[in-house]
Amino acid sequence: MKHFVSKIGFKLILVVGITSLIIISVYAFFTIKSQHSVLLNEVERHGNQLSEALKKSMHYEMLANNRESIHNMINTIGEEPSIREVRIFNKLGEIIYSADDSDIGRIINLQEERCFACHAEDEPLHRLPINERTRIFKKETDNQRVLGIINPIYNEQTCYEADCHAHTSSQTVLGVLDITLSLNDVDQQIKKSEFTILLFSIITVVGISFIIVFFIRKWVVKPVSGLVTATKNVAAGNLQYTIDITQNDELGQLATSFNNMTHKLAEARMQLFQSDKMASLGRLAAGVAHEINNPLTGVLTYSSFLLKRTKDKPEIQDDLKVIVRETKRSREIVKGLLDFARQSVPKKNKADINEIIDRAYTVIENQLNMNKVKFEKNYSTDLPQIVVDSNQMQQVFINLIVNASDAVGPNGGFVKASTRPIDLSPYGVIQIKKAECSKRHSLIDEHNKIDGLPTIKFLVRQDEKEVIFRLNSIYGKKEHESGSIINTQKAFTIECPTCAISLKNENEKCPECNSSIYTIDTPGQGQLKGCINKNCYWQTWPEIEASGRREFIEITIEDNGSGIPKENLSKIFDPFFSTKGQKGTGLGLAVIWGIIDNHDGTIKVESEVNVGTKFIIRLPLEPMRKQ
Amino acid sequence: MTSDKIKILIVDDEQVVVDSLLKICEMEGYKTSYALSAEEGLVLLQKEKFDLILCDIMLPEMNGFEFLEGLHARKIETPVIMTTGYSTVENAVKSLYEGAIDYVPKPFEVDEILSALNRGINYGKIKNILRYAKSSDIVYVDCPSKYFRLGVASWVHITGEGLATVGVTDLFLKTVESFDSLKLMVVDEEIYQGSSCAWFMSEKGFVHDLLSPISGKIIERNENVLSNNSIIEKDPFFDGWLYKVIPSDIEYEMKNLTSCSSDQL
Repeated sequence: MKHFVSKIGFKLILVVGITSLIIISVYAFFTIKSQHSVLLNEVERHGNQLSEALKKSMHYEMLANNRESIHNMINTIGEEPSIREVRIFNKLGEIIYSADDSDIGRIINLQEERCFACHAEDEPLHRLPINERTRIFKKETDNQRVLGIINPIYNEQTCYEADCHAHTSSQTVLGVLDITLSLNDVDQQIKKSEFTILLFSIITVVGISFIIVFFIRKWVVKPVSGLVTATKNVAAGNLQYTIDITQNDELGQLATSFNNMTHKLAEARMQLFQSDKMASLGRLAAGVAHEINNPLTGVLTYSSFLLKRTKDKPEIQDDLKVIVRETKRSREIVKGLLDFARQSVPKKNKADINEIIDRAYTVIENQLNMNKVKFEKNYSTDLPQIVVDSNQMQQVFINLIVNASDAVGPNGGFVKASTRPIDLSPYGVIQIKKAECSKRHSLIDEHNKIDGLPTIKFLVRQDEKEVIFRLNSIYGKKEHESGSIINTQKAFTIECPTCAISLKNENEKCPECNSSIYTIDTPGQGQLKGCINKNCYWQTWPEIEASGRREFIEITIEDNGSGIPKENLSKIFDPFFSTKGQKGTGLGLAVIWGIIDNHDGTIKVESEVNVGTKFIIRLPLEPMRKQ
Repeated sequence: MTSDKIKILIVDDEQVVVDSLLKICEMEGYKTSYALSAEEGLVLLQKEKFDLILCDIMLPEMNGFEFLEGLHARKIETPVIMTTGYSTVENAVKSLYEGAIDYVPKPFEVDEILSALNRGINYGKIKNILRYAKSSDIVYVDCPSKYFRLGVASWVHITGEGLATVGVTDLFLKTVESFDSLKLMVVDEEIYQGSSCAWFMSEKGFVHDLLSPISGKIIERNENVLSNNSIIEKDPFFDGWLYKVIPSDIEYEMKNLTSCSSDQL
């Protein structure tokens, strides 16, 4: 219970509920009160009118001293069910007329309730204002509320000049007309309306409470508990957890920034993990190198020592030379391991790409000659200098040329290196490296590649049919791969495969073919829009377009070797993917990919089995504008 | 060499390394002692005098660099050659900066260690001659005061326009005694601080590696010294330069170099 009470939703509901209860109670109280007084006023007015009308209608009969007629009149009126009593007293308090015959002749006490208005003082009032003529009191007999109206009958000229000479001119008040009305009906009406208002108030309070409960649950409790679950998950280490964003208010924004935060945290952790891995790999390599080098020292010194001592025994010499050679090879391997472990920071300098390729070629010239591979050059003479790590670049070219020469095979062929400066719009060059839906789910598909690059995928739904669309991640290259064909004439949706949020831009149509448009977020680089029509190449990426045309150096290494089967084409840049079996580590192209990526460049491959392979590297002359 | 035998101290925690070094020294007729730790080595040095020390860097408790400090503290001036299985450029550079006269990465061949031992012994002899020589005698030429050196073997002179000249010290040439031929790297190749950049082939059949004082790209090499080796021997600091290079990270590497102006004191 305490747990429940402490919840924010409960508190909000409680506060709003109590507030509405108070407001509605006050409102109901005043409504009832005012209705009560309106009704009573009405009854009073009605009573006064009745009393005045009766008095006026009796005036003539009284002058004529027509007692029988007055009596009849009073009796007739007294038959009305709401009228309890109709009486006329004379000055002495003697009842001279009454609807109830038994009352006639009775003298009433001046201290009675009805007399009080005038007889409160010793000297009775002669004039009584109309609003003071009425009195509400309870009848002792049946405990019902009644309204008494006292109407003094004043002496007038016609009265004391009448033939009967009953009254003298000196008298002011001749008698009093007293009517008592039952308030039973009015009281019942008041009770009924009180009940109605109360009922209405209760229904309103309960209704408001339910509405509040509903919306607070929807807008506050659910998102807050979603956030709480997410923070718990993140605290427990699950950085992949994302909150589903269903609203656009402050809590929605909080959830969005929470998602962004965990996303960045996950990236940072990944990076940390990667560098941590490299660091421990480095320590491991260093340890291994040290441990291996000591025994290798024994082998190498003893064998080279023996080699010196057995110059006269050629049959032993040959064997010893093998030991020395192989130990030296081991030494080189260990040295490579140590070099890898050091992971030196790339040292970038202005360099000539043609020169770097030439240098790479000199390193492997012998190997190419042995494989009967002809090395052809097609260099651009006006190639600008470019800021690169020339050692890393050399490594890239050595690797690519060696790969090409391996692909050429024993019958010989050629490897051709070409360079040229190109000036390109970002269209068709820049790779879309990050793509997300509006809920921060990555749309990048690392496993299914086009041209060796990860693809961008979305889910297209039409007629109960789900189709995964894969998009070339080069901006402007709009090749699709999809399981089935979409009929663009019929309705379809474009969704994020993870959360099914729509990626379709409902407000816009492709300016070229009027088909539907998708919109994807590219974090840090704005939004990218494109046309879903397979035959239309329209795409726009304003933030990247704004950075303008860029100059690149394009390096192509091509061969006429065995080519790469289509099914392998998408995997060649994956670490540990190798077709060379024991000969390769499968790291070569992955490392190349990393180096080119570090230089903000792109690398792609085109290949046809038994025709040849072409690697195209594009390096930007100027680094990308920093966001 | 025959009358009073050269005495060498080997400090290494690996028995197989000690054994192989003992074998090599024995073959050359050197007298040897060994210690399996730096502390043990220092104790031996207190009792005996050695001509040369061969010391590993990765040692239990006290490492090779601390051993060098220990020698310095005890004012033992015996030349030290460092070896290590953790054969990185950083270790090489640090060894030379800390006062070792040479650095040989493991694993080594017999000839590789022999050439280093040879230089080390010659170095000791030169220092001995220096001790008893008159101040007017020129035993070897010191490197000019504006130059910087890595250890005692190679020098670098920062000339203007972002260039540097690299060469070999007279002391190194004297320890090599004399060489038949010289092998240099080619223009456009990169040299790295602490890595071999030139190879001197001696009459005895040894190859003496010169460790480069800085890293950079070679833009010119001295073809004169290749055609006429004696230029180096005559004037190693000026006409006998080896390379002109564009240094890649001179600020960082300077802290591993020793200023030659201190040699004049």
